[in-house]
Amino acid sequence: MNWSWEFAFEILPELLEHFVQYTLVATVLGTIVGAALGLIFAVIRQLRIPLLAQLTTAFIEFVRSTPLLIQLFFLFYALPGMGVTLSPMFVGVLGLGVHYACYMADVYRSGIDAVPKGQWEASVALHLPPRITWQRVVLPQAIRNVLPALGNYAIAMFKETPFLAFITVPELLRTAQSIGGETFRYLEPFTMAGLIFLAASYPTALLLRRMEYRLAAY
Amino acid sequence: MDGPPGLLDWVPNLMRGLGNTMLVTLFGTLLMLVLAVVLGLMARSHRLPVRGVARVVIEFFRGTSLPIQLFWLYFALPMAGFRLEPIVAGVVAFGLNYGAYGAEVVRGAINAVPKPQWEAATALNLSSRQRMTRVIWPQAIPLMIPAMNNLFIQLFKSTPLLFAISISDIMFMGESFRFAGGNSTAMYLLLMVIYFVIAYAVTLLANLAEVAVKSRLGQHEGIRSLFRTRKPVPQEVAP
Repeated sequence: MNWSWEFAFEILPELLEHFVQYTLVATVLGTIVGAALGLIFAVIRQLRIPLLAQLTTAFIEFVRSTPLLIQLFFLFYALPGMGVTLSPMFVGVLGLGVHYACYMADVYRSGIDAVPKGQWEASVALHLPPRITWQRVVLPQAIRNVLPALGNYAIAMFKETPFLAFITVPELLRTAQSIGGETFRYLEPFTMAGLIFLAASYPTALLLRRMEYRLAAY
Repeated sequence: MDGPPGLLDWVPNLMRGLGNTMLVTLFGTLLMLVLAVVLGLMARSHRLPVRGVARVVIEFFRGTSLPIQLFWLYFALPMAGFRLEPIVAGVVAFGLNYGAYGAEVVRGAINAVPKPQWEAATALNLSSRQRMTRVIWPQAIPLMIPAMNNLFIQLFKSTPLLFAISISDIMFMGESFRFAGGNSTAMYLLLMVIYFVIAYAVTLLANLAEVAVKSRLGQHEGIRSLFRTRKPVPQEVAP
């Protein structure tokens, strides 16, 4: 064993900096994209818009059953061939966002289904236009119910951000790798990277469990 | 060979790559199942040290990200004096990571067997071993199959990572096609279709297994349940 605490602490600031700057930013932006797009998917399917609803369902099924890494490579290496060139970080956020939107769409659906039928009927009785019914009555209740589930997906996405390393985003894994390449010491960078992930994801998961419990109390 | 290769030229390469991918998937899944049962049972133990060890292992492997675990096993562990073959590193990383998630599945399924079943087994004077093998497990297994199928798909979907630890898996072959100047758009789409088809084939098998074990319990389901699609979800959210 040739573990060196000195080296481990020496590289910690650099790891943390890249962790905040890329890993966390990608998670937050990816969650926003995923949550917004997932909501759009869910509403399209709920409204049963012909053709568009079926296409959305097929797209969701396909994206969910294929690897995120290949999707990222497709966006990063194949799209430029078609004349669209995107920055690595943009591709990463887009890839994570679209992938998780396909999961989140189902979460929203269960949330929308859980809104009591009386709420829809009351909206009709009050002569609310459909847009207001969705905006003011259904979605506020649906989204509140699904917040913990969305949070769980955000944690899952967080743990998949190292995939962005393969499309050259200098996030935590890639930083650890490049430190290892420069110093020929891989033990400390990768161990510290794993511990940083653990330190960030475990407390968040516990917090979410408590939030779920409190929201369920209502 | 002159000019960029076509997709058809690459089929033999892809098949070879798929062989490696499936090898790691198969053994990774086996290790996942074994660890899931062992850790899941340990997590239900009445002895605090046993339960504590299981919880620490489960939370550790769930909390640190899979790509980091894989790289740790392949790049960092040799620094501490253990060199693993790439295939072994892949199997161990996938098995440990998804085994930790599977442990929660096993624990949840066993806990979901109704309490009166346990009590009835005690009333009938079954030994604790008989109670588990004849009463509890046969009822818990059908509950586990959908979640385990889901974990399998998640594991299978992670296998393109193997190309990063120098295994010539199907992703590696796809990449070599791009380097050889082939049409990368078509190749990536083909790879996704291959993954999609295999994931669905396995889902069909899992449905078949579920119907089989349920019919042993006297719960018969129509033939349509075979074609039910599973919705793969990340492990965090799996029930």
